[in-house]
Amino acid sequence: MEKKTALYDRHVELGGKMVPFAGYLMPVQFKKGIKEEHIIVREHAGMFDCSHMGLARVDGPDALANLNYLLTNRFDNMKDGDCSYALMLYEDGGCVDDLLVYRRNQNSYYLILNASNTAKDIDWICRHLKGDVEFLMCESYSLLAVQGPAVLKIMSEMATGTLPTKYYTFTDNVDIAGVKCLVSRTGYTGSFGYEIFIPNDEGAVIVWNALLDKGVEPCGLGSRDTLRTEAGLPLYGHETSEEIDPVTAGLGFFVKMDKDDFIGKAGLIKRGTPTKKRVGVKVTGRGIIRELQDVYDGDKKVGVVSSGTFMAWINASAGMAFVDPEFAEIGKQLEVDVRGRRVPIEIVKLPFYNVSREDPAL
Amino acid sequence: MNIKSNLKYSKTHEWVEELDNNCALMGLDDYSQDQLGELVYITLPEVGDAVTVGESYADVESVKAVSDVFSCVTGTVAEINEELVDSPEKVNEDPYGAWLVKVEEISAYGELMDADEYKEYLSTL
Repeated sequence: MEKKTALYDRHVELGGKMVPFAGYLMPVQFKKGIKEEHIIVREHAGMFDCSHMGLARVDGPDALANLNYLLTNRFDNMKDGDCSYALMLYEDGGCVDDLLVYRRNQNSYYLILNASNTAKDIDWICRHLKGDVEFLMCESYSLLAVQGPAVLKIMSEMATGTLPTKYYTFTDNVDIAGVKCLVSRTGYTGSFGYEIFIPNDEGAVIVWNALLDKGVEPCGLGSRDTLRTEAGLPLYGHETSEEIDPVTAGLGFFVKMDKDDFIGKAGLIKRGTPTKKRVGVKVTGRGIIRELQDVYDGDKKVGVVSSGTFMAWINASAGMAFVDPEFAEIGKQLEVDVRGRRVPIEIVKLPFYNVSREDPAL
Repeated sequence: MNIKSNLKYSKTHEWVEELDNNCALMGLDDYSQDQLGELVYITLPEVGDAVTVGESYADVESVKAVSDVFSCVTGTVAEINEELVDSPEKVNEDPYGAWLVKVEEISAYGELMDADEYKEYLSTL
């Protein structure tokens, strides 16, 4: 039996097509459909219920040391209110998950975990924690992602308290429609936006309705996926996985090999230079490439598609693939086997579109 | 759900309209287009291709998924609706106007339902 988020009834009332995802019933799209929701996020403002994601807290004098050991990034230089992206690795260098770390203070951090990985993340983290540290799940929270160029103006008008200004920072106790929220300047769409953490179910419905009244469009998992692919952002199970290490995935920046030992460091060293490279691919013929379809140079198989879809903003069929490094140069013409039919593609620069770091005009 | 009374339907949600001279038009019904979502690509057969009852003769891709389109008849493709190649969304807008192919020399029809039977069938899904 799937779980329901605090907003389930609202989704159904708004015409959301509900599908099971990671143990929850989530809207894959609302009435306007994936393409239009995608465009609305790029041009105006859309919101996504992300309450299925796991929110955890790591507290205690040894919290920082544990994060440095459990995760690939370096957290020593984080300030209170900073967010940081990191990967959690197995000993062999494959990924347990990718996640965000929010520093509340030196001894307290939030972790935001992929919905489909939350259970195994909890297990992995609890098995490896050492010293004076406590790990707990924040079950009662709802999470909304509000994304698009109009979001700055809309949220500035609605919020009392300080909204985070810098990309990858957060502020707490922001009052939105009378509800105290934590707001971060983060997202998974490639557009400007915030993510809002709401401590209880009633508050989630109030904030959702208030945003709806301001003209923010409800969006589903479908456009969330096409937007993140267009933004060139990795998704666990596609661009990272138990097999795919972060260096192969092009996420080496978030892996600090020069810090003290961390889980997976030895495994990454053992793996050596990656044998595949993550690239952007754009269809130059007709059709949609999909994950797990093979990439060919003539008769030679040189890679595999990791994510592929139709992206409404660039108005093209495109995606990401892992290919042999010698075929990874920009402009290289290859083919994808789409159910027995060869579709021509070109290697292109990633992202296809991403302005999330920039501030839109108020 | 819009179901037109002058058409016949397959269990896989295609429609067929019988014409004179042993010809028929085939397309995707309202249920199909609603389930698929907005179509972005459509691959049609070529004029002269043979189609067979229950076998795939075209495929349609929405943002979400790809789906085969199965033939309601056995015969030969006489015309294809070229307009759909550039504007597959016409299937979403007007599923019964946006026929995919016209088939001639029909030698067999599949197991099809009339509008009432189809309505009944949809209610069981």
